Order: sequence, then structure tokens, then C-alpha cells
Amino acid sequence: MSEQRKIRLATCSLAGCFGCHMSLLDIDEKLFDLLKIIEFDRTPFTDIKHCGPCDIGIVEGGVSNAENVHVLKEFRRNCKVLVAIGACAITGGVPALRNNIDLWDCFQEVYLYEGGLEGNQIPNDPELPLPFDKVYPVYEVVKVDYFLPGCPPSADTIWKFLTDLIEGREPKLDSAMLRYD
Amino acid sequence: MGAPAMSNSMTIDGKHVPFSDGQTIMDAALAAGVYIPRLCHNPQFEPHGSCKLCVVSVNGRNMTACTMPAAADMVVTSNTPELNRDRKALVQMLFVEGNHICPACEASGNCQLQAAAYYLEMQSPHYTHFYQPRAVDASHPDIFLDLNRCILCELCVRASREVDGKDVFGISGRGIGTHLVVNAASGRLGDTNFAATDQAAQVCPTGAILIKRQGYKIPIGQRTFDHHNISEVQMKPLEPEHE
Repeated sequence: MSEQRKIRLATCSLAGCFGCHMSLLDIDEKLFDLLKIIEFDRTPFTDIKHCGPCDIGIVEGGVSNAENVHVLKEFRRNCKVLVAIGACAITGGVPALRNNIDLWDCFQEVYLYEGGLEGNQIPNDPELPLPFDKVYPVYEVVKVDYFLPGCPPSADTIWKFLTDLIEGREPKLDSAMLRYD
Repeated sequence: MGAPAMSNSMTIDGKHVPFSDGQTIMDAALAAGVYIPRLCHNPQFEPHGSCKLCVVSVNGRNMTACTMPAAADMVVTSNTPELNRDRKALVQMLFVEGNHICPACEASGNCQLQAAAYYLEMQSPHYTHFYQPRAVDASHPDIFLDLNRCILCELCVRASREVDGKDVFGISGRGIGTHLVVNAASGRLGDTNFAATDQAAQVCPTGAILIKRQGYKIPIGQRTFDHHNISEVQMKPLEPEHE
């Protein structure tokens, strides 16, 4: 029994601020308990570039450009259970504040009108992913199995959710843990 | 009339609830301590019946509790999985129709839309977001009007008309084009006699009407719905619903 296969977990941040990842790290010493039963696949902690077959995928951030879609679809293909974590993944969040502003106006405001960079220009390197007109929540692009709201969800909330999921219970947040801010 | 009423009472979720003539199901429920979710209804004002969160089953038919007069021997159910599922769907539709970005909103923690969503255990807005462009009017020296967050409850319309006697707000347009308008030739709040002390400036259930320079006086985490369930707060009908 002690040789039981570890649960494989992948995480990524799309149009997010990595705040949800920081909150995951904020479970502190419980990380040691977690690492006894899970192993990380692609995450910012491992620096693995592509997601392999996983049991759980946790996606932070909304979908704001073409690369976000590639990463998200790779997660959906490879993860048995896909979790959208945080306000951005679930509603678009703060990045979605730009959704009512024309993309070209955004570019001009950021790159042309504001001084600072020599020879103000809009970046157009072919390696840069193409931005979308709007920032979309993850569930409007792929099927999402579970939502973990919060900006970010607290470490305790993440711990409760993960332990429920890993131990085979339907994840349930009590009312004090369900927050959108 | 004339004959004494034999039974001025009904049941809500199996609980015996007395009422007096003229009371709605909502009035009687409030008096009896039975919580029925609501957003557009505030006992201080005439019922409006638009948000539909208070829809209950009355003898098997769905009715808005805030507008339906109580009648003898009604059998009302409210706190059922079916009705709460419908209520959650209504709240989710409000979330995707407006631009409700809680982490960027001053009203977060004091917002009844958010608190209703907590109460109904909304994990996500579920539907496709509209991301409709809506205007922000900052022309008034003391008050912001942010239509991104307006849920068309008409509480400000009613408060301004019934209490303040000013008629500052109204509703215009139809269907998805329905929107709050300001009663000034310019359409701007700064060109009205609206004041931060008006009742209409206090009743907004969301962050659509905000008093300026107060935003984060009370930090996130210490606000009304950070510590209280919306049912506790809304069951205190005679006290103001804000701190």
C-alpha cells in the first residue's frame, strides 16, 4: 500500500498574477504532507514546460491570448479533473476590466501615449502571442470540473478543497470559505 | 366581510405563519422570522417584484413573495433545492449581464448581489459573460454612478421618488437595452440635486451608487458579509443594511 502511485498534479497561470499560486504555497508546512501524496507535473515550481497525463490540473487566470488557449487545451487534454482557481479564471477578473475598451485603444494608451520606452512602439515580435479582443473565463473555452473562487482563495480554502478532492470526497467549501474577493 | 377571519395564517416550509390583512407573503415571512432571498425588495419601499429571487411556490404555483398578498391557508414552500437552484441561476444571469468584478469593486463585502451568491453557493457565473460596455458617471462631486454594477432593482428610483421627493433616477429602454437614467437634461448625475445624504444614495444593493472618498475605510475582510450571512442581515428589517 505504501507503494501507491502518487497523484499527479499540474498547475499554470494564464492571464493571472500568480497570486493563487502564492496562496497555494501559503499552506506552508502542509506542503510536506501534500508532497507525500502528490507529485507535480507542469507547474511554475518544476519548470516542466508541457503538461503530461495528470490526475488534477489547476488553472489560474483568464484567457487573454492565443498561448493561453494552447496551454489551457493541453491541460484539458491531459488532466482528468480540471480546476479553475481564482476570480480571473472564473470571471476574467481584473484583466477583464479591459473588455469594454477597444484593444487598439489599450495598446495606444500603454505603448504609444505613455513615455518611457525609447521610440514608443507597439511590440510585434512574432514570438509574442496574439492578444484577444477580450479576456475570457476558463469555462468559456474548455469544460471545467470544479471552481475555487477567491482573489485569491485562502491557503485554508485551497487545502480544504485539495484534501477533499484527493481523499475522494466531493469538494465542499463552507460558507466562510466561499469568497469572491 | 364582517365575519371574523377564521384563519389568518398560512404555512411557509411547513412553519405556521400568521399574517394581517394587506400583508404580502414577504411581509408575513419577515415578521415570522422566515427568510426568503431577495435583492430588489426592501421593506422600506413599495414592492417591485423584478429580481424574482423571492419567487416561492404557492399551492404549487410560482409567485413573487414580495408582491403576492398573503391569503388564508396558503401552502408556501421557499427553501427547496428546486427554488434555490432557480435563484442561483438568476443571480448567475445578473453576474454575466453586468460587469461584476468583485476584486476591483469598492462594494465587495457589502454587496447584496455577492452575498446572495454566497448564500446560494454560487461557484461560478456559469453562463457566457456579456461584457457589455456600460457607462461610469463621476460628474457628481460626492457620488459615483457605475452602471457596470446596476442590476435594475429600482431601489434608488423608488427611494428618490418616495422618500427624497426628488425623482433623480428612472429606468429607460426595453429588454436587454434597459438601463438606469438620470433625470437631467445632460443625463449626468452632477447636474441633479442628488445628495450623498439622500436615501437613494444609501439603498443600492451593489456598488452601482457609491459615495466618494469612502471606498476602503472598512478593509476587505471586515465588512458586513465577511462576517454575516445575508439572511441574518436582511432579517433585521428596521435597521439600515449597511455599517
